[in-house]
Amino acid sequence: MEIADRILKGDRRAVARLISMVEDSDPLAVEALGILHPHTGKAHIIGITGPPGAGKSTLVDRLVKSYLLLNKRIGIIAVDPSSPFTGGAILGDRIRMSDLNTEPNVFIRSMGTRGHLGGLSRATGDAVKILDAFGMDKIIIETVGAGQSEVEIASHAHTTILVEMPGLGDDIQTIKAGIMEIGDIFVINKADRQGADRTEMELRAMLELSDAGEWTPPILRTIASNSDGIVALRDGIESHLVYLKSSGKLDILNHQRTREEFLSILGGEISKIILDKVMDGSKLDALVARILKREIDPYKAACDCIREFSENR
Amino acid sequence: MSERRIRVLIAKPGLDGHDRGAKIVARALRDAGMEVIYTGLHQTPEQIVETAIQEDVDFIGLSCLSGAHMTLFPRVMDLLRKNDASDIIVTGGGIIPEEDIPSLKESGISVIFGPGTPLDEIIDYHKNTIRKH
Ligand SMILES: Nc1nc2c(ncn2[C@@H]2O[C@H](COP(=O)(O)OP(=O)(O)O)[C@@H](O)[C@H]2O)c(=O)[nH]1
Ligand SMILES: [Mg+2]
Repeated sequence: MEIADRILKGDRRAVARLISMVEDSDPLAVEALGILHPHTGKAHIIGITGPPGAGKSTLVDRLVKSYLLLNKRIGIIAVDPSSPFTGGAILGDRIRMSDLNTEPNVFIRSMGTRGHLGGLSRATGDAVKILDAFGMDKIIIETVGAGQSEVEIASHAHTTILVEMPGLGDDIQTIKAGIMEIGDIFVINKADRQGADRTEMELRAMLELSDAGEWTPPILRTIASNSDGIVALRDGIESHLVYLKSSGKLDILNHQRTREEFLSILGGEISKIILDKVMDGSKLDALVARILKREIDPYKAACDCIREFSENR
Repeated sequence: MSERRIRVLIAKPGLDGHDRGAKIVARALRDAGMEVIYTGLHQTPEQIVETAIQEDVDFIGLSCLSGAHMTLFPRVMDLLRKNDASDIIVTGGGIIPEEDIPSLKESGISVIFGPGTPLDEIIDYHKNTIRKH
């Protein structure tokens, strides 16, 4: 049976296999994703990001258990950095989620960043679609918050949660304005530790600097290791979803993302067609060398390629 | 540009509390460019097999120091068969007496890496053995 049909029939091995195929950029994945497409668009996608050790994985574990009480089906994508030198990675988020391994309504997948941010973002987006078509109600993406990559990956989420912990002191200042703006909910985890008040004050001060929209991001405290504050977090996530729906924001978000995705696919496909026709690898390298030598600029080079393509059609 | 990356689950079934050896192997495989899913101590065979399926790993490395390998390892093999996942290659490590090896291989474990196996040998095994799915 076709891998996409197996996924739609509930085959977990097929889900796992197709995620590997999108990670490995296997061209055969494209057809399967096409078959799944009509079955996507139903899941609520939740991003969780923050510094290493803030307790994100523990929080995901507890949050998922709390959603299971509501009979939800949950997909988890846990992203950890790959070594930039070897491309290898140790993916250890599951250590905190052991109890979920054998839950029939949970599917967890660990992913390495594999050194290409754009590529990871695409693979993550495709993995989300696969889990969505598989019938997951909530899909949670955990990433380590350290810069641009998180903003990019969080761009797949409907609701983004930024996790902080007390005791980082001035580090909170290093949260850049751009990252603050992607937060729909702020969590101060490890609230059992000293300094939660200060962290909250600093967060509040940062939030006041950013534009107040219709949604005011709440600041919640949790002690994930004791399951404290988890129900309030779940309620906060659900309130955000209600806001997205009632304000029409959800449709706008989905429209924007689909548009960006389409344009990026279109761009990729067009350049593939043009390159196939007018350029092989060595000609491409020769052109790059000319750009490097400043004999031609890259925009002009691109226009020349397109012209050559349309003249030889 | 398609690129296959080898994925390995390093799992510690049973009750023993040491994972130093397992972590050393995990790091070596990572440094050799593989993606290693590490799940921590005290995993049941059910958890290990379900994790291996969700993570679509090529290999499961089972490490056991408690002496319970003769029940735990074959149980993992059984569950893989029941889940139609016998294509996943299973290796064993830890403290395994020589005389237990034939029966473990009988149960489907591909290879046992005893204490003192050079890391390069373990890396090469993972690079040169290909899962057929
Ligand atoms: N004291 C305290 N420790 C916690 C809390 N939540 C998680 N931890 C511990 O923090 C460490 C890192 O947690 P983890 O979930 O792996 O963090 P991540 O790197 O953000 O995913 C683990 O040892 C957890 O047990 C908490 O609320 N309070
Ligand atoms: Mg984590």
